[in-house]
Amino acid sequence: MQPRILRFLLLVTAVSLLAACGSGESNVTSGNREGILHFGNGSEPQGLDPHVVTGVPEHFIVGALFEGLATKNPYTLEPEPGVAQSWDISEDGRTITFHLNPAAKWSNGESMSATDYVWSWQRLLSPALGSEYAYMLFPVKNAEAFSKGRITDFSLVGVKALDDLTLQVTLDERTPYFIQLMDHYSTFAVHRATIEKFGKATDRFTPWTRVENMVSNGAFRLKTWQLYRRIEVEKSDTYWDRDNVKLNGIVFYPTENVVSEERMFRVGQLHYTASVPLGKIPVYQEMADTPYRQAPYLGTYYYLLNTTRPPTDKLKVRQALSMAVDRDKLNKTVLQGTNISAYSITPPDTLGYYPPKLFDYDVEKARQLLAEAGYPNGEGWPGLELTYNTSEDHRKVAVALQQMWQDALNIQVTLTNQEWKVYLDSITEMNFQIARRGWIGDYVDPNNFLDLFLAGGGNNNTGFASPDYDAMIQLEAPQAATREERYAVFYQAETLLMEQMPIIPLYTYTSKHLLHPSAKGMPPNLMDWTNFKYVWLDKDWQQASKGD
Amino acid sequence: MWRFISLRLLQAIPVILVVITVTFFLVRIAPGGPFDSEKAVTREVKAALETQYKLNLPLFQQYTAYLGDLAHGDLGPSFKYPGRSVNELIAAGFPVTAELGFYALLVALCIGGLAGIIAALRPNTAQDYVPMSLAMIGICMPSFLLGPLLVLIFGIHLDWLPVSGWGDIPGDKILPAITLGAGYAAYIARLGRAGMLEVLSQDYIRTARAKGLPEWQVVLKHSLRGGLIPVVAFLGPAFAGLLAGSFVVETIFQIPGLGRFYVQAAFNRDYTMILGTTVFLSVLIVLFNLLSDILAAWMNPRLRAQFGNN
Repeated sequence: MQPRILRFLLLVTAVSLLAACGSGESNVTSGNREGILHFGNGSEPQGLDPHVVTGVPEHFIVGALFEGLATKNPYTLEPEPGVAQSWDISEDGRTITFHLNPAAKWSNGESMSATDYVWSWQRLLSPALGSEYAYMLFPVKNAEAFSKGRITDFSLVGVKALDDLTLQVTLDERTPYFIQLMDHYSTFAVHRATIEKFGKATDRFTPWTRVENMVSNGAFRLKTWQLYRRIEVEKSDTYWDRDNVKLNGIVFYPTENVVSEERMFRVGQLHYTASVPLGKIPVYQEMADTPYRQAPYLGTYYYLLNTTRPPTDKLKVRQALSMAVDRDKLNKTVLQGTNISAYSITPPDTLGYYPPKLFDYDVEKARQLLAEAGYPNGEGWPGLELTYNTSEDHRKVAVALQQMWQDALNIQVTLTNQEWKVYLDSITEMNFQIARRGWIGDYVDPNNFLDLFLAGGGNNNTGFASPDYDAMIQLEAPQAATREERYAVFYQAETLLMEQMPIIPLYTYTSKHLLHPSAKGMPPNLMDWTNFKYVWLDKDWQQASKGD
Repeated sequence: MWRFISLRLLQAIPVILVVITVTFFLVRIAPGGPFDSEKAVTREVKAALETQYKLNLPLFQQYTAYLGDLAHGDLGPSFKYPGRSVNELIAAGFPVTAELGFYALLVALCIGGLAGIIAALRPNTAQDYVPMSLAMIGICMPSFLLGPLLVLIFGIHLDWLPVSGWGDIPGDKILPAITLGAGYAAYIARLGRAGMLEVLSQDYIRTARAKGLPEWQVVLKHSLRGGLIPVVAFLGPAFAGLLAGSFVVETIFQIPGLGRFYVQAAFNRDYTMILGTTVFLSVLIVLFNLLSDILAAWMNPRLRAQFGNN
């Protein structure tokens, strides 16, 4: 009895192991032949309802399935026609009229109409839905009031369907980046009949986004959704611009572990990775014909200084701390030279805007400032606690800064790491002295970074409050007639901000990916955004690279 | 026997109730909530979200409502994945984790059992030291080291096996099963050796040898059943441990199992998901412990006699 069972088990194991051996061609090879892009997407999306989800992995999938009134050209980031084939902006910039493309259809074949947008925006702004991105539409007249429940009549909100193909939007003020927002998934139209079939418009958790139920309007439609395994989309045959869609489909993988993702790329399971392990970057950088691609990214890594608690309530202490940081050295050693030193909050060249640089790495000046603040050579220093969320990379940066402050100013800084949600709680409650923070822009405009520091803003978290600053951001900038004037106001505001130094800017992010040479039409850009309509796969990439 | 089983099942009920209660209140004490995110959420939005998920009710009312739903087998909606219920997420993740656990256990039993028996046959010789040293290494080597090592060798350099996935590419289940099973193989080898050594020194084995039975019959027929009792007693908790502890292996190999859901849920403060998985796993652990007790009783005549008297 016993040996027979044992023998049987051995046999079963051996057979199943053998049967499993001999993997065939890689995803990349078969994908190039069939026109299927294999895309490392970072994590399992929370969902696919454009009005409910937040986050980058969701952005890519929703962006493949849906299309906004306008889309972005991946090379220039300038708006391009999407569902709307054109739009007119009135002289005062407050009225925008979108002309919908008559060929724009839902994936079930129904034509799209301007009323789809009125209904969808009402859904996004409904207080009961609790959409975290409702504020994207706040430039629209009365949108904020409706969203916060101050008015309940949606007809007062500035969005009207003049006829089936004409949508008129009225804004509170001139908003130069409003067309850009039409490419953000929160402002996309969703299919009313489908949503109402499965529940109320404001229900967050109905099954309307499942494969069998989903109706969308983008270049692709949902084909399979296997939790934590893969999401497959296929080319839509109802999409208005289907002749220009070159891919037949995309497979999105929830590649949560960056190290595993890199291994998948190496064996040809992926065309594109969501990120690259920091330790592997030097190896890739030295390769000839490297698949590694790095580009400036619209985001800033900085430390928050609590201006309401000693010792960081003293301006000179804040300035001393910031000036004692050698950002270039930090970037070279800890960050493997993969980022760009930052001296202000807005990333350089944000649609032509460059932030002011008010200070430089200056140990002498930092020591002097600290002495003036009452701590000559660190004497009498009360100690300082630096809080960051648990992560190896954040720890490395924190340790480097701790050392720099010790060496330059002779002061002690202790490090505290906190689990993500605990850390978020500390930030929100301003229960810290110095804390790590990062901000990634939602749209390419200095406003997206500078409005963080409005008095009492939810993402301010420093206690910085200046009526002058608020007036410049909220009143002067929107009234500026030209881009130059507007940027001049922003420059002035940002100067005011950095004079007060409520943050220690450290570096501007870069996007880092591995990209297979056969994948084309995925240019690097500041938003790290891929418009899948532009992507194609070159079957003959090996010959092409030999021919060069 | 039946009395023993029903008694153990009855004992399990208060245990699981305590688990639910402690988990329910602990996750709520933890700082941060399911709707905190890096971008500040306005008060209005947060209130709306809390209403949608009934978090605006008094805590005790939430607790009783949860118990009520649980009695109907409803574990509630997931906070992190809107549109998915916890039941659905467990149903998606558990079969994968169970399959992985089963293969890992198979690997552990084959390798560990064999090594243990071989070692016990010639104690304190090279035949003993070599497999036991390997077992020691197996216990010491964590899966987050062994997994990537195996991938580097078999996946990348030799290109024999896929580096990740589960059921997508033929052969992608082999490396995860070995990685997860290795540590348990080592334990089983040590337990098997100890058990076999004890049995081999018993009088009835001497009798068997004395009557001239060939060695393989002595080992397989007479010693194995007794010698592997400690191993069987270990299997229940081991399988439960495999289910609850497969997170690391699932992450390394990008396997869509329950372990990943579970740990992610804790990071996300996905209250219903944390509770649901905890309840589910605690029920399983209780059941597997019971099962291994029954199996051990079946293999051990002395224990069986005890049940018989009851």
